[in-house]
Amino acid sequence: MTHTLGRPDFELIAGWIEPGHRVLDLGCGDGSLLKHLIEQRGVKGVGVEIDDANVLAAIRNGINVIQGNLERGLDEFADQAFDHVVLSRTLQTVRHTEGILSEMLRVGREAVVSFPNFAYWKNLRSVLDGRMPVSEDLPYQWYDSPNVRFFTLLDFEALCAKMGLIIRERSVLDEEGKPVTSEVNFLGSLAVYRLTQHR
Amino acid sequence: MPGQSVGVVESQRAHFDQPLHLRSGGILPAYDLVFETYGTLNAAKSNAILVCHALSGHHHVAGHYADQPENVGWWDNIVGPGRPLDTDKFFIVGLNNLGGCHGSSGPSSINPSTGKPWGAEFPIVAVNDWVHSQARLADRLGIESWAAVMGGSLGGMQALRWSITYPERVRNAIVVAAAPKLSAQNIAFNDVARQAILTDPDFHGGNYYEYNTRPVRGLRLARMLGHITYLSDDQMGEKFGRDLRNSAFSFGFDVEFEVESYLRYQGDKFAGYFDANTYLLMTKALDYFDPSREDNGNLTATMARSKANFLIASFTTDWRFSPARSKEIVAALLANGRNVSYAEIDLNFGHDSFLMEDAHYHGVIDAYLRNIKL
Repeated sequence: MTHTLGRPDFELIAGWIEPGHRVLDLGCGDGSLLKHLIEQRGVKGVGVEIDDANVLAAIRNGINVIQGNLERGLDEFADQAFDHVVLSRTLQTVRHTEGILSEMLRVGREAVVSFPNFAYWKNLRSVLDGRMPVSEDLPYQWYDSPNVRFFTLLDFEALCAKMGLIIRERSVLDEEGKPVTSEVNFLGSLAVYRLTQHR
Repeated sequence: MPGQSVGVVESQRAHFDQPLHLRSGGILPAYDLVFETYGTLNAAKSNAILVCHALSGHHHVAGHYADQPENVGWWDNIVGPGRPLDTDKFFIVGLNNLGGCHGSSGPSSINPSTGKPWGAEFPIVAVNDWVHSQARLADRLGIESWAAVMGGSLGGMQALRWSITYPERVRNAIVVAAAPKLSAQNIAFNDVARQAILTDPDFHGGNYYEYNTRPVRGLRLARMLGHITYLSDDQMGEKFGRDLRNSAFSFGFDVEFEVESYLRYQGDKFAGYFDANTYLLMTKALDYFDPSREDNGNLTATMARSKANFLIASFTTDWRFSPARSKEIVAALLANGRNVSYAEIDLNFGHDSFLMEDAHYHGVIDAYLRNIKL
């Protein structure tokens, strides 16, 4: 998915990343997030992107980008090569969910995952009204959506528990990008997690 | 296509007296290199790009000669004002490699010590020998470090080798449709091609010049075989299918299928101008290429010596040097934390895709080169 500047999760993610860290951005789009992190946090960054136009745009942005398909794993990256591996608004488009999460924590010390929450109340209301949700964080019609996995915060946390992943931090945002602190699975439109693995 | 051709160009010749010690242990006491340049070397001499050629290429990369308007350079579509290798920004250098047959010292040129063509006496040259000879050309031109060294196929291997042999002299390496070393299948194809030449009765142990003949049959077969490996199955299917030149089978061995006609034509054309000894040398240079050999096969350790930024590109339909081979280079660079971008370009022309004009492919090269700070 394409990053756009000024997205609320950008600042959150940037805040979790220390200057000089090595960052891998999976589904990096045109490289905006990496560019932001390089310029603002002095990180060393690499992106992975499948789409031709995005690869071209990322190269134009001066970003290191590796064209590849996340479904096929991250073979070209060595174990623990990165401090952070970011998967921003992309997990719901990946079929091999467990595969990509374990690959992220193979190549990186910490995974940063953001995704739209399908249990957000407006999404639920939309389904109750008989229509699939279309919102700021789910900006697609059902017939042109790249999303193949539909899940909620609770679903994701259950998977993390099953896989033995540790949730270090969680931030939940509403549609305006404002933090949500209570009833997150109902009031949150976008969730951002920091994950690690038992060592 | 955006941009323009560089127009009329001229080739130049440089003579080198300093002996070149070769990978094989042999020594070339002196040699000539023919080359062409396009654009203008800036005052800081920081805008030079070296374009390395593949198996059958040469120094005439772009433009045409005043007296031969139809003789257009082999990579003309990517070089010129407004094109990816923008001659308004860069100074482009192309040369004919040692062992070649387009004017640089090679088996068909005169050995000064005998006054006869070198023939079989011309030493086998390795990719690293080319790199050393190219470095001397750079010295001659006053180029301390290249803004970029680039090439496709065997040319890409030279760019890779440059970054390892002269890390201080290569700021960017653009490696297209290449591999870190040949596979057994690659070597096998090369050996069949060589056998076609070596067993041609007109080969005369490589000294056919003295017999006033050339092993054209062997060279033709070698090229036909090679040509098949440059194309994709899909592309051959689309271009020729099972089309016949005449409507019915002739039940004989003359040309019947269009693909036969095409291959024979390509073979004849190539055998008409290319030197068989050069073909043998170029295929050996390919077979021997393996920079990781210095590190017991550990390419990551080898690439640790490079300092350049890299653009690696491969083509989805290239089965001679498939995307997986390019990704071996990418992985070795990533493991060293080098700046690297990798594009896997969906073009239907197999290995030959690297020579084709395609908006996305050229866009990638263009975008990368535009970010190079001089």
